[in-house]
Amino acid sequence: MNTQGTATPNSDAGTRAGWMEHPVRLLVEQATYAYAASGREAPEFMLGPITFSARQREMVAVLGANASGKSTLLRMLGGEFKPLSGRVELDGTPPEQLELRERARRIALVQQESNLLFPLHVWEYVLQGRYPYGKRLRFEGHDDCLLAENALKQVGAAVLRDRRMDQLSGGERQRVILARALAQQPALLLLDEPTQHLDIGGKVELMRRLRRLAEENRYTVVVVTHELNLAAEFFDSIVLMQRGKCPAAGKPADVYRREVLEEVFDTELEVELGPHGRPRVLLSGGADMEISAGRPESKKGN
Amino acid sequence: MRPLTPKRIGLICLALGAALFAVVVISLRVGAFPISTSDVVMTLVRKAIGHDGDIPFEFSNVIFDIRLPRIALGILVGAALSVSGASFQALLRNPLADPYVLGVSSGSALGAILSLAWLPLLPWTMPAFAFVGALGTIAAVYFLGRRGGQLDSTTLLLAGIISASFLSAVILFLMTMLSGHDLRGMAFWLMGDLTSPAPPGLDVKLWYGFLFVVLLIGAGAIYTTSSDLNLILTGEEEAHHLGVNVARVKLVVYVGASLLTGLAVSVSGAIGYVGLLVPHVIRMMFGSDHRLLIPASAIGGAIAVVFADTLARTIVAPTELPVGAMTAAIGAPVFIYLLRRRLA
Repeated sequence: MNTQGTATPNSDAGTRAGWMEHPVRLLVEQATYAYAASGREAPEFMLGPITFSARQREMVAVLGANASGKSTLLRMLGGEFKPLSGRVELDGTPPEQLELRERARRIALVQQESNLLFPLHVWEYVLQGRYPYGKRLRFEGHDDCLLAENALKQVGAAVLRDRRMDQLSGGERQRVILARALAQQPALLLLDEPTQHLDIGGKVELMRRLRRLAEENRYTVVVVTHELNLAAEFFDSIVLMQRGKCPAAGKPADVYRREVLEEVFDTELEVELGPHGRPRVLLSGGADMEISAGRPESKKGN
Repeated sequence: MRPLTPKRIGLICLALGAALFAVVVISLRVGAFPISTSDVVMTLVRKAIGHDGDIPFEFSNVIFDIRLPRIALGILVGAALSVSGASFQALLRNPLADPYVLGVSSGSALGAILSLAWLPLLPWTMPAFAFVGALGTIAAVYFLGRRGGQLDSTTLLLAGIISASFLSAVILFLMTMLSGHDLRGMAFWLMGDLTSPAPPGLDVKLWYGFLFVVLLIGAGAIYTTSSDLNLILTGEEEAHHLGVNVARVKLVVYVGASLLTGLAVSVSGAIGYVGLLVPHVIRMMFGSDHRLLIPASAIGGAIAVVFADTLARTIVAPTELPVGAMTAAIGAPVFIYLLRRRLA
């Protein structure tokens, strides 16, 4: 459908139409990472090699079973780890080479939970997103307030402004946390399981909102999620993860193949094509299926 | 939305400063030799405009030689303890942290006693040893308080309490061995006491000047990180992603807070609850933004200690209580009240 709005699993991005207006913003090429419980041991967990790319206004979903390396990948994109081999580049620069505050101006990472020690007002919390702009000891000015206010409006939380963070519901909190990330005015927005504590209505609303934000603010958005169907519906490309490997990446219709998904999630599934050419995933088998023997220890063996 | 401005900080600090002045005047009035408020103010004004000759001798003696040095020490100690308490609470993300609970005061006291034992003739070594003791203790408690690489708040507090009791045992052992010294004075000092004069042979003004400069350096260094501390309150990792250099902030604040604790302990012994309670009260009144919390806690701590010391030397007059006993007697119930209210 939209030729510009596709992430490409291989590095043929340059040949696509619209390259001039929308160069690749996030480039991940054969990137790997490994970590061990202690420095001496052999790596306990290997990530990659992973290859995908995304332009501005594009949304990428990272899908996979628990402990498949999704969050590690997200942190690598956020510049916390340097890839062991291969490359990760944001607008041509490896994110881990950016100075901390410069990085915070370009990349916003939204964590699952934000636990506060002392109660803050919503507006104070959102203003924290302005920290990377300005000196170390700084006082927020009029512009910062306008930006914070605008960020709250964009997530539909303007009415929450003077409430306290500890008085918000899960969904409201989620939106305020997102607003703080918007106040950072990033180019790349990373979200780690943002749908975790939301009901289905909240999940759909969040996805629509992310879609609109990506469009209006020209973000590149990368989301780690467990929501197969929402990802297929709302995202431009999918990165599938399995035990640190990336068995498939690309457009939802290309990635959502029954054998691949069944293998990755270790469950009987069915895939059908929805009205807009977007795939849908259904459970098959039902309750009388046997519990798969391999499930609990899926981290073993590489 | 009312973002914090330097003007608002100035106004609040001015108001707290006025409250501190009122407490100082009250403290100058009361005691074995009562002086009326008008005489106190008159004496202060005369001193300020340089008409020293007009001040009656007994006023001059009681106010400037006896009560004011003690009040100045109270201001110094209260400010130092409150600022280090507020910064420990933010950095360790633990509302119950303070130099006393974490054992830092005990480590500092041990350092001070060691300097008394080894180098009693050098007045400058005591604050220095107290600082080293504080820094060593916070480092030890920090590492003991980790579980699986993560700082665990319960383990941290237990590590602090255990360290404090171990260090107290060492201090008691040393005090018994150093029997040549005045034991009752030492015990008083351990409870927290503001009567200690300047070290012998040292000009009082020079000594107090030195102490206040150290206070300003320590508190000033911590204040430069106050924007960072605001973000660290929401989690170290999140702060890191917002561009805070967490390692640098930790270093500045641990060293700064240890310096302040060492300063306070070396002149007054281990006064508890001030560093714990004052920041909480200030937070309840003005919010938890460290750009305001740190200076406001400094003044609030000064008020608290001067007030507690005034009570300590008057309620059982002519005998005096150690001020540490007074802060604990007031602080513990207030703390339990705050704790219950938070949990409710």
